[in-house]
Amino acid sequence: MAYEGDELLENVTSKEYEFGFTTNIESDKAPVGLNEDIIRLISAKKNEPEWLLQWRLEAFAIWQGMTEPNWAHVKYPKPDFQAISYYSAPKSKPKLNSLDELDPELRKTMDKLGISLEEQKRLSGVAVDFVMDSVSVATSFKEKLAELGIIFCSMSEAVKEHPELVRKYLGTVVPRTDNFYAALNSAVFTDGSFCYIPKGVKCPMELSTYFRINEANTGQFERTLVVADESSYVSYLEGCTAPMRDENQLHAAVVELIALDNAEIKYSTVQNWYPGDKDGNGGIFNFVTKRGMCAGVNSKISWTQVETGSAVTWKYPSCILKGDNSVGEFYSVAVTNNYQQADTGTKMIHIGKNTSSTIISKGISAGKSQNSYRGLVQINKSADNARNFSQCDSLLMSDRCGAHTFPYIEVKNKTAKVEHEATTSKIGEDQIFYCLQRGIDQEQAISLIVNGYAKEVLNKLPMEFAVEAQKLLAISLEGSVG
Amino acid sequence: MLTIKDLHARVEEKEILKGLSLEVKPGEVHAIMGPNGSGKSTLASVLAGREDFEVTEGTVTFNGKDLFEMAAEERAREGIFLAFQYPVEIPGVSNMNFLKAALGEVRKHKGLEPLSAKDFLQLVKEKSKLVELDGQLTNRSVNEGFSGGEKKRNEIFQMAMLEPSLCILDETDSGLDIDALRIVSNGVNALRSPERSFIVITHYQRLLDHIVPDYVHVLYKGRIVKSGTKELALELEQRGYDWIKEEVESI
Repeated sequence: MAYEGDELLENVTSKEYEFGFTTNIESDKAPVGLNEDIIRLISAKKNEPEWLLQWRLEAFAIWQGMTEPNWAHVKYPKPDFQAISYYSAPKSKPKLNSLDELDPELRKTMDKLGISLEEQKRLSGVAVDFVMDSVSVATSFKEKLAELGIIFCSMSEAVKEHPELVRKYLGTVVPRTDNFYAALNSAVFTDGSFCYIPKGVKCPMELSTYFRINEANTGQFERTLVVADESSYVSYLEGCTAPMRDENQLHAAVVELIALDNAEIKYSTVQNWYPGDKDGNGGIFNFVTKRGMCAGVNSKISWTQVETGSAVTWKYPSCILKGDNSVGEFYSVAVTNNYQQADTGTKMIHIGKNTSSTIISKGISAGKSQNSYRGLVQINKSADNARNFSQCDSLLMSDRCGAHTFPYIEVKNKTAKVEHEATTSKIGEDQIFYCLQRGIDQEQAISLIVNGYAKEVLNKLPMEFAVEAQKLLAISLEGSVG
Repeated sequence: MLTIKDLHARVEEKEILKGLSLEVKPGEVHAIMGPNGSGKSTLASVLAGREDFEVTEGTVTFNGKDLFEMAAEERAREGIFLAFQYPVEIPGVSNMNFLKAALGEVRKHKGLEPLSAKDFLQLVKEKSKLVELDGQLTNRSVNEGFSGGEKKRNEIFQMAMLEPSLCILDETDSGLDIDALRIVSNGVNALRSPERSFIVITHYQRLLDHIVPDYVHVLYKGRIVKSGTKELALELEQRGYDWIKEEVESI
């Protein structure tokens, strides 16, 4: 017959991870453990300049003096940082003139993920910097971008080719002292993406990076830096899937965005790392520091994220609104299922005059998961006429999951206007029955209802990503409603 | 088409249907009337497959198949359509996507390919005219922000799109003004055919002025206690239900 509350939820939530496969490519791996020698090894492997090695070593020293944060609403076994290998790269790193030269194994992986690079080239004009473990192996559209003076490359390459830019901006938004995981990342990051949009240039295509954790027992410490010079615009997409693993994998990325005068950065993420099995075994620990600096006047930074993966997520894409009239936005859908735990949200720090920020957060909890929104809206003394609007909605799919909201508001300027709205609702049996009565089965009904709920956020995603995100929401919740 | 025999159903511990029998043949329109709490809406819910109701006794066959062997969505695909008394709102889900999904399932069940986007829109255009909703549905979420009348018209529009063989109208006339009642009734009448049957649940004779039934049944305390033709509805309008209650109690 139709559905039994918990039963339906059970089904939706017990859907196995669809992208759980591994690729057999030989890896060049550092021995496990972390010390100065390992950092020197990483730096040497990457032929880095001395200043960067010193920068890493200083970060390591800072990290050693820090302890892991405990304030998030998540519980997990603390990772053993000495049991992780901090460097792994596909052994025979190919130098590619075209995608046809790509390792067939890698091609297969990408095909499984539905990322056919040529397809994307042809259909959507997306330039893809594909990260297999820690080293970029394929970059497309580079020449076309180069004509406009846009730099879009791996971080390693940027260090070699554009050291002055990297040195100028690296660590300026997320300093090494910022937090435990940011310090660790600064010490050991292996690769990531670098993007620079010159003055007055509107990037004509979405820039995209697909991340993939492939090497068992390898921490992923990606470092992304996006700089939008005066009056420029860029839309950047980041999407992730990872193979099924039994042991926990740590991911501690740092993403820094800098928007100068009149510049705009739109940063979209679809995150689908392995969340662990339905009994809560395995899964990725995702401890990411993402922050954008609206450094210039009239600048704008917009974060959009669809988070369905990871066993534990700790992530607060934030905006520092320093320039007068600057704008910060955060649109988020976070889905947790089975035993997943997510503590995610944003920080909007208003410093400049007439700055405004918008926060739309849609949490969806199923199974026995815990889903928390944690957000800070801070209006500094200098921020005359600052505006914030926050809306935090939670949708519960079962009786055993949890949704929590931790909004922090600090206002030090009387002219500020801050609004906060929050709702919690349970998926309606009436809604599901209505769909059933029209011939739509339960899973499709849930997919429809959930996508409708998250529409405000999904609409903010670039077209090609929105479709993927909708599928992901459906897959993540398949079998979970009742 | 539909044969209900000695149907008993309860919600939680309360028995609501207590031996209801009804035979509906293709093309017939049966009106079901009765005082509040007699079990009219329960009958609609049980036929549609709502799980809050437990069937304890009796059988229902629909086109030769055991209805209770089918899940709610299968019943819908087999051709049972319930026009809800209180159509639910589904925020963020566009009417078009919703209908496309529903029609796709119904067609798949019949072994048909999904309609092309062009044909689908053409069909929407054509069918929405039936209830004077043309041009008002695109860009809106399912029933969200609809007036009471619009919701009911939308139900009939969906019915027209899905082309069911058995249509159950659960107090479709409730909350309608005279104009909306006329629009909804015209829509329903346009859908009448020798193959399609209707069960019209209503409190009021006025609906039956527009949708003229072949049979009128009075449901009381979970059973059909009196059946007749459309004249019975007129009599009920004049005399109320007390005389029927007395008849039943005296037996």
